[in-house]
Amino acid sequence: MCIYTKKELHSSHMLSEIQRTESREQIAEQSMTARRVSALLCRSVLTSSVSLLARGNNTCIGGLCRFGTAAAIEEPINPAISVDYTKLLINGEFVDAASGKTFPALDPRTGNVIAYVAEGDAEDIDRAVSAARKAFDEGAWPKMTAYERSRIMLRFADLLEKHSDEIAALETWDNGKPYEQAAKAEIPIMIRLFRYYAGWTDKIHGLTVPSDGSHHLQTLHEPFGAVGQIIPWNFPLLMYTWKVAPALACGNTIVLKTAEQTPLSALYVSKLFHEAGLPPGVLNVISGFGPTAGAALANHMDVDKLAFTGSTDTGKIILELAARSNLKPVTLELGGKSPFIVCEDADVDNAVELAHFAAFFNQGQCCSAGSRTYVHESVYDEFIEKAKTRAMNRVVGDPFKKGVEQGPQIDSAQFEKILRYIRSGIESGATLECGGERLGTKGYYIKPTVFSNVKDNMLIAKDEIFGPVQSILKFKDLDEVIRRANATPYGLAAGVFTQNIDTANTLMRALRVGTVWINCFDVFDAAIPFGGYKMSGQGREKGVYSLNNYLQVKAVVTPLKNPAWL
Amino acid sequence: MVQSNGNSESFVKIPKIKFTKLFINGEFVDSVSGKTFETIDPRTGEVITRVAEGDKEDVDLAVKAARHAFDFGPWPRLSGFERGKILMKFADLVCEHVEELAAIDTIDAGKLFSAGKAGDIPHAAELLRYYAGGADKVYGKTLKTASQHQAYTLLEPIGVVGHIIPWNFPTGMFFLKVSPALAAGCTMVVKPAEQTPLSALYYAHLAKQAGIPDGVLNVITGYGETAGAAISSHMDIDKVSFTGSTEVGRKVMQAAATSNLKAVSLELGGKSPLLIFDDADIDNAADLALIGILYNKGEICAASSRVLVQEGIYDKLVKKMTEKAKTWVVGDPFDPTVHQGPQVDKTQFDKVLSYIGHGKREGATLLTGGKPCGERGYYIEPTIFANVEDDMLIAKDEIFGPVMSLMKFKTIEEAIKKANNTRYGLAAGIVTKDLNIANTVSRSIRAGTIWINCYLAFDASCPFGGYKMSGFGKDMGMEALEKYLHVKSVVTPIYNSPWL
Repeated sequence: MCIYTKKELHSSHMLSEIQRTESREQIAEQSMTARRVSALLCRSVLTSSVSLLARGNNTCIGGLCRFGTAAAIEEPINPAISVDYTKLLINGEFVDAASGKTFPALDPRTGNVIAYVAEGDAEDIDRAVSAARKAFDEGAWPKMTAYERSRIMLRFADLLEKHSDEIAALETWDNGKPYEQAAKAEIPIMIRLFRYYAGWTDKIHGLTVPSDGSHHLQTLHEPFGAVGQIIPWNFPLLMYTWKVAPALACGNTIVLKTAEQTPLSALYVSKLFHEAGLPPGVLNVISGFGPTAGAALANHMDVDKLAFTGSTDTGKIILELAARSNLKPVTLELGGKSPFIVCEDADVDNAVELAHFAAFFNQGQCCSAGSRTYVHESVYDEFIEKAKTRAMNRVVGDPFKKGVEQGPQIDSAQFEKILRYIRSGIESGATLECGGERLGTKGYYIKPTVFSNVKDNMLIAKDEIFGPVQSILKFKDLDEVIRRANATPYGLAAGVFTQNIDTANTLMRALRVGTVWINCFDVFDAAIPFGGYKMSGQGREKGVYSLNNYLQVKAVVTPLKNPAWL
Repeated sequence: MVQSNGNSESFVKIPKIKFTKLFINGEFVDSVSGKTFETIDPRTGEVITRVAEGDKEDVDLAVKAARHAFDFGPWPRLSGFERGKILMKFADLVCEHVEELAAIDTIDAGKLFSAGKAGDIPHAAELLRYYAGGADKVYGKTLKTASQHQAYTLLEPIGVVGHIIPWNFPTGMFFLKVSPALAAGCTMVVKPAEQTPLSALYYAHLAKQAGIPDGVLNVITGYGETAGAAISSHMDIDKVSFTGSTEVGRKVMQAAATSNLKAVSLELGGKSPLLIFDDADIDNAADLALIGILYNKGEICAASSRVLVQEGIYDKLVKKMTEKAKTWVVGDPFDPTVHQGPQVDKTQFDKVLSYIGHGKREGATLLTGGKPCGERGYYIEPTIFANVEDDMLIAKDEIFGPVMSLMKFKTIEEAIKKANNTRYGLAAGIVTKDLNIANTVSRSIRAGTIWINCYLAFDASCPFGGYKMSGFGKDMGMEALEKYLHVKSVVTPIYNSPWL
């Protein structure tokens, strides 16, 4: 997932605003200033991202060219932060695992240990659930006014703002994502989301309902209770936020299991949340592994609701465990193989840049990655050439280094898996345009890889690779590309590139996916719902829609004697 | 009632008044005419300070600034989230100055200082934060059309808004109007009441500090017939929102109709009934009835000015209320032991006393009160009339003072009939433990708010506004945000859609 649109798009947007102003004949100096102020205020995140990621055809920045330099990778920059929280967070306190066991959190730049972290298992999940249960059944959180809940969430957002540099550094260290991406986009968006959901707390309204008979009906929207949440490692804090913010806004309490690859940042920010006034037991954080801690949470008889983001395979297990235990309702945000469709009338340079971004952003570790690039035959050759050039100019290196666009993959398992898929692409006859191998000798860096002449039945066109691999496919007409784009068990997202409003309208309805980005990609506003069709999951996160994941509806019915009206 | 003879200086240091000029385009300026008017301390009738008197020319300047800020400025072009952040800051600034602001409303309006500090001012900040959080939650819809069309709605800010607000809650009314309009992305001209111009000017100053761009929020102090009329008849104001009397509301609407047909919302007078049934808890019912009419000296549009009591409980309740009313402390609103301050000005004071005179002449039984309180200022005793008939003036007109009219009823049907026997329909209260009575009566009363076993229970999320001649359009809740937005439908053909 991500947050950016690209430079060209941004400037064309600005341009159209300016043109609109000109057509009004009145370009008062003040109005232009106001527009600039407005653009700055509105797009501070985008603006910073523009200089960061979407840098088109430039060749060399700060001495880092083409896949970075070996030096940047061999001698990792030491982040100036300490890791203070490594234990489980249960009932407002940091505690060891019941077993006393720990596991290492690794630096993906080197494979070295950052810290040893308490390893939660079933017994710890039990403790956490019972704390969450108590906080819900007897505690202050669901009983305080929504306004008070919102004040605590807003104070938390303020604390995040205050500590955003450390938080971003921790995120980069544990995950390998570019520091500038974490600091300038992800943490600000996290803050923005907490503020957004703080605003929802006191706007959760039920309905009064017309009845057929003489009854007065009303619906109450009530929190579920103790909620279990399992999050992935690709965006540790944003996934934390997508889950935690709406659940808490609705008055639930939480047991959150973080990914074993990235346990650190969630512990750090949850400590801040308690400083902001969150009562103990409302948010419990368990580090640990899926088959142990994750399964215990999904299987728990006293967890009222479960939300999971991760692979489709694990999602199936989660749903099954929920079904077998207490039939807890489940929200799933799973894998994808999202098509990125470049039509014949598309602005090719713009499309190349955004297709590149869609495929490679966050080391390709995005569920919504535009991993199938469908290009119309009339612009196919030009597109391949430019896509290849752009990929070869991608700056890969130590994510703490300024100007770096791509860091290492998360761990050795992912690293090996991606290299296997690349081999499979070559073997199945796709044309390797660039990349295709590791970068350097240490850590999990992979060169940006572009395949052309990819066919629908190849593994690289079917499976979610979750790495920096772009597969480019050719198409002739709209009906064909609709059929091919939909021929996948996934349905998370799609990108559509065209200037033609009829083409845009046709594609946006025909594609069986949860998000369609038209002439943009990976735009993640707090208010935009996100989630999958088909085997990409169920339920929607963000926006007003996410409140539905954490509320249950109670209908209240009472007879009416001699009502004045029905 | 008891009279407190406290000297306010012994309770609170009266703040120095800092802002007395018109606030136009981010600057405090004199009125074009150079004229000023006195604002009076109702505790003493003495002049607090002189304030710039805005008139038509000043309204023109303010509208010009608001128009420019809307058409060219950043405010409506910021994301809802960015506007919300600025409003959050505005709310924080209001909270930082809570003592000073409460004191200003106390000297200007005679309101209880303790209530301002614990209620009016923090609640205003709360309301502001509510809409700050709502600014990025303005959703249009995509529509199911009956033809091959893709259609959706956009909710757009309505433009330049004129707010004309009353003197009874100078702070509360200011934020009731301004908060949702700001969140919606509108720009505005606010005219506070001539009786209470001071806190609005202070809020203009805080708005600027919070980062609200110049021209977005303009404040014109002045009189209704001049500045107010100029707003409601202005050709370049897109919407006027008025709170005040039904008589003036009619003029505002007429002016809107004869000028540019601007959209109007009106929150007007009331003669709200409080219905107490036989099964009610007497103590609780007596408290609700007294608070309902005496809160803010009866200067509240939703006051429970008609208390309808079922015959089985009537005698006991009347006795209880009369006893309680006699312990009510009237005096200097800065004194923390005081329950009730002075009426806002001489005009209101005289009007309330004249209604009391009417009540006596019309044959209602005066149970307690009925006289001015003390020698100085505009204090009036808590007053209860019994045996009031539907056709008496004190049962029909909005008195806007601490005067309760008690009536007796036998059946639920009679209670509903009496309750609805008014041209107003702002609010009503029901006191009963019986679920069926509560359900039936709450649907049968033609009023915009029904309080069951509570009264004056306002909440940021509860829309408030009248039925019948109490007005139209809601303040508070997300409904108020919609009041400052208009809906645009966007339609485009689609071809070969897999579904419709």
